[in-house]
Amino acid sequence: MATLTEAPPPLSPTAPATKPPRKRGRLTPYWLLLPGLLWLVVFFALPMIYQASTSVQTGSLEQGYKVTWHLATYWDALTEYWPQFLRSVLYAGAATVLCLVLGYPLAYLIAFRAGRWRNLIMILVIAPFFTSFLIRTLAWKTILADGGPVVGALNTLHVLDVTSWLGWTAGDRVLATPLAVVCGLTYNFLPFMVLPLYTSLERIDGRLHEAAGDLYAKPSTTFRRVTFPLSMPGVVSGTLLTFIPAAGDYVNAELLGSTDTRMIGNVIQTQFLRVLDYPTAAALSFILMAAILLMVTFYIRRSGTEDLV
Amino acid sequence: MEQYEPDRLSPAHLAALRRSFRNGRAAMTRRSVLRASAGGALTLGGLGALSGCGIPAAGKSQGGVSADDHSAKEKVVNFSNWPEYIDVDDSGKHRPTLDAFRKQTGIAVTYTEDINDNDEFFGKIQPQLAAGQDTGRDLIVCTDWLAARMIRLGYVQKLDASNLPHAFANLSDQFRSPDWDPGRAYSYVWQGISTVVAYNKKALDGVEVKSVSDLLDNPKLKGRVGLLTEMRDTVGMTMLDMGKDPAKFTDDDYDAVIARLQKAVDRGQIRRFTGNDYTSDLSKGDLAACVAWGGDIVQLQADNPDVAYVIPDSGYMTSTDNLLIPNKARHKTNAERLIDYYYQPEPAAELAAYVNYVSPVADVKPYLTKIDKTAADNPLILPDKAMAAKSHAFRSLSPKEETAYQAKFAKLTGA
Repeated sequence: MATLTEAPPPLSPTAPATKPPRKRGRLTPYWLLLPGLLWLVVFFALPMIYQASTSVQTGSLEQGYKVTWHLATYWDALTEYWPQFLRSVLYAGAATVLCLVLGYPLAYLIAFRAGRWRNLIMILVIAPFFTSFLIRTLAWKTILADGGPVVGALNTLHVLDVTSWLGWTAGDRVLATPLAVVCGLTYNFLPFMVLPLYTSLERIDGRLHEAAGDLYAKPSTTFRRVTFPLSMPGVVSGTLLTFIPAAGDYVNAELLGSTDTRMIGNVIQTQFLRVLDYPTAAALSFILMAAILLMVTFYIRRSGTEDLV
Repeated sequence: MEQYEPDRLSPAHLAALRRSFRNGRAAMTRRSVLRASAGGALTLGGLGALSGCGIPAAGKSQGGVSADDHSAKEKVVNFSNWPEYIDVDDSGKHRPTLDAFRKQTGIAVTYTEDINDNDEFFGKIQPQLAAGQDTGRDLIVCTDWLAARMIRLGYVQKLDASNLPHAFANLSDQFRSPDWDPGRAYSYVWQGISTVVAYNKKALDGVEVKSVSDLLDNPKLKGRVGLLTEMRDTVGMTMLDMGKDPAKFTDDDYDAVIARLQKAVDRGQIRRFTGNDYTSDLSKGDLAACVAWGGDIVQLQADNPDVAYVIPDSGYMTSTDNLLIPNKARHKTNAERLIDYYYQPEPAAELAAYVNYVSPVADVKPYLTKIDKTAADNPLILPDKAMAAKSHAFRSLSPKEETAYQAKFAKLTGA
């Protein structure tokens, strides 16, 4: 583009006639960017700035809040609520791993084995999105109800004794325990894992598998050396799309959890709405954002896929 | 649902049933944590944000600002209320009491159900009120602690007693003089809310529940007890149980209550702190017993005969939803006439028969009996003398106390 627009100086007086369209051409990309940029400024940049400002204010609803650069809010918030931060990371991490374990075979099946069922299975993966997030989560309360068949079966099989011993459940129930929250997170974010995995698996050229076979690779070796490395972009974007929203989620912890499963999203919500401590809530949001950004950067560096994502 | 025999149900029960199918004030939305958080976090987040570098002080200390009263010229009143908090006829299109009001006075009511959560609603109107602008509403309904805050911040107007003869004469004694609005200078009660101990007979399986102590201490109920996220209700009930008075307590009393609750939480006794969503848990039996709101229990009982309630000997908490006229409202006199209208026994009885909360109007009983005997005999709707004697209200809190207490309570609930 640059070389094209760097036109030589006009040689004849007729040249300026052709100039205006070129000038417009040079600006076109920026005009096209404008709506998106405006959107970003109004709905991302400005709120971020205001939140940042809120987080360093002190005061009360009655007296008003003033920017006092009271950075101690950050330290206080972190020391007070580190268990909830840690819990958010753990739960979101567990849900992400579970999503990967469940989602990879599913995506693999859709991409390579589903044949004419492919579209149907894809629709089934997306179908839950047609109902509200809340309704889907509330449905789990019925599925995992104390006297329900699922919990009954788990009890008979003594599975709950094991999970109870591990501290994942409490007594003979699943609801209002960490396990229920992680299950809810896994369920709600599974499509975010499956879809990117599917897209990157589906792009793999089938002839590569044949070639691997021709070179005497066992199916497992083919998977390990060919398929999985090629699906890495899907794995990375899938885990990110799952982990980031799951870490900030509060609905699952609210509905399926108990007092000892509250995540950082719950804390932020409570601080904003009930305690009316806006600075702490804003500071918590920023800490969460920074923490996620840090972890994601590290993760992308480690998985060495900057150029693939 | 096989017991659904419309003919055998009273109109009040029918109303309750009908309401429970919808997403109503009473069914799910009221104090619903989720709606509150989704909408409220956005509103408040945006609010905090848009005020940018510093959020202005809330307002003047006391008083309220009136606008020119257009009541005489414009025969309308804009009334904002919670969903499903007024009588509706069978077609679902008319609200009989409001229609009758129009016939009586010629004032048309623009009725909007746009209050889903106190915190969220406050976030919505606070910027306008703080800036001294008209909110477009002449009459709003807020739970007592928010009403107290609105009065404290000077966001609402003093009522003109000369327009409120019925209200003055007929307000039940127990609602007459809350400490946050002595003599009802700014507010009148729309409906009262009783907080009681509820249980599921089937889930209890013979265990006896008579008090908050039973909820907190009985090891047989471990992990099957629910408490409310509404701080004043949960703390108030526990405070009564500990022999303290929620109308006058100290920081130490409050801390003692929190410590007692914390012990129960640490032992795993408490399954969850809930908003209105405890209703489904209680009905299913996942919660064997919990602290609950009377209006919800009236409805649940219509669906599920296993649900029952008990008024602890130590007493129970009563809170109120209150009618307020915000600053700069254009039709103040009309709004006052509407308040006064609902303090006449006939419309009050019609309302009580439909909404199942505590009617604030004294001597409404004979009128309600005519409409619906069961409702009139239900102490959750019309508390009898013995029950009313056990009613307690939570004292108003200073802004500092409010923040400190909410923070301690939030910690108790896990965040």
